[in-house]
Amino acid sequence: MLESAPPLLRLQSVTKAFPSGVTALADLDLDIRAGEFLSLLGPSGCGKSTALRIIAGLSPPTEGRVTWPGAAAADHRGEIGFVFQEPTLMPWANVADNVWLPLRLRGVSKHDAKRRIAESLALVGLEAFASAYPRELSGGMKMRVSIARALSLKPRLLLMDEPFGALDEIARFRLNDDLLRLQDELGCTIVFVTHSIYESAYLSTRVVVMTPRPGRVAAEIAGATRAEREADFRTSMPYADLCRRIARSLAGAGAEEAA
Amino acid sequence: MASDPPMPPGSPNPRSVLKLLLPAAVFVAALGTWEVYVRSAAVPAYILPAPSLILRTMITDWPLLWASLLTTLKTTLLGLALAVLGGVALAVLLSLSRIVEYSLYPFAVVLQVTPVIAIAPLLLIYMPQDAAVLACAWLVAFFPILSNTMLGLQSVDRNLLELFELYGTSPSQTAGARLRSRLKALWILRRPAALPPFLAGLRIAGGLSLIGAVVAEMAAGSAGAGSGLAYRIMESQYRLNIPRLFAALVLLALTGVALFLLLSALSHVALRRWHESALAREA
Repeated sequence: MLESAPPLLRLQSVTKAFPSGVTALADLDLDIRAGEFLSLLGPSGCGKSTALRIIAGLSPPTEGRVTWPGAAAADHRGEIGFVFQEPTLMPWANVADNVWLPLRLRGVSKHDAKRRIAESLALVGLEAFASAYPRELSGGMKMRVSIARALSLKPRLLLMDEPFGALDEIARFRLNDDLLRLQDELGCTIVFVTHSIYESAYLSTRVVVMTPRPGRVAAEIAGATRAEREADFRTSMPYADLCRRIARSLAGAGAEEAA
Repeated sequence: MASDPPMPPGSPNPRSVLKLLLPAAVFVAALGTWEVYVRSAAVPAYILPAPSLILRTMITDWPLLWASLLTTLKTTLLGLALAVLGGVALAVLLSLSRIVEYSLYPFAVVLQVTPVIAIAPLLLIYMPQDAAVLACAWLVAFFPILSNTMLGLQSVDRNLLELFELYGTSPSQTAGARLRSRLKALWILRRPAALPPFLAGLRIAGGLSLIGAVVAEMAAGSAGAGSGLAYRIMESQYRLNIPRLFAALVLLALTGVALFLLLSALSHVALRRWHESALAREA
């Protein structure tokens, strides 16, 4: 069972207070298990993104700590892929060079990175666009490039901060399915920040509902395992039931007062 | 854009033809009116020479004017080149270190806001004339390069800088490691991000460098052996050789236009693959 193995990552009473006096997170305890698809769901300003940045090491917690119980090495930066809300591509570089960036920063030359770049692009279905410039791509394709870039280092942990929020529904549904397929292929762990009940219900093996500021865990809901998923999961009864339960937890967490 | 009718490839866009034709027509009409007015009212050449006379003067005085043009051009281009070197170097330095920025930037601003015409006489006292003229051209061209390059270096997407932090910086936080990662971000992120504002600054600086050269030549004119176009203008004015004054003025204007077109073309070529400013023109 997954539960018996040590978690990939453990957040222990993590608190984050900003100099402005805003407390984004208060006493957040969270285990991230290897191989799961964990969604952090909550209203705007509940500190989901802050939690993700703390996990990535981009922002130190004010109190509490983040540990990798199963790992010996102290440096986990190579094991993390990060996908921002925006595609955040370098407009002056073509798709291949954008995907190369994390490898380049790790000292891998363009020549040596060639195969990894091609593999990453193949994973998101953009092999044919290696020499295109970001400006020539649609919003969904840009986001795919951003995901390919995050995958180029073969991360064990993929952190995604509302990555599909700006996309139209058709593109979002396709990327949702592609993301699930990617996780099956790569076996990576995904932590996904979203404010969409439906998206979290569709994607996650576990949904963590957070309270409005300061953010802490309000409820945990087990999502559908891969085996439980049917072909038309998005229109199935279990999916609707899951959405209803997540919505109730969110209401119970006080999200509606905050919204 | 979307409402434009589709254009068969290869055929010239009627709107772009119009954009060339209209100003050309206005120009020809203005010259014609000028010519007719001067001839019919018998305006003396020392008050207002006709365009045809200016053209004739240009041809007869060409050896003299050409030499002057070369002098002014040399000052302008050299001043611009030095401004690019100095402006970019200082901008990089300022962007790498807050301490350097705080200590030097105010002086750059003071240099910029002091009118160059007021500094030129001083420079002419302390420097040989050639160097003083060059210094004036450099002085006015320097600041737009510096400020635009600095703006560009600082306008990198915050998230991209975070990616650098995520993947790039080494865990050791020694001063050397910090500097190395800053240089890396400078080269990979800030340098390309600064290119469009830098090129915009370069376009402004090109015109300003010409102005600086002209101002300095005028200030130096009475002091001695200047032979640039601005000096020719002063000289023609004293001698009431107004046709030559106009011819020199036309050459100065053409130099400014040529410089602007050249730098615009450079900017277009450098940015055509990715930057909105260059892509909009192709559409």
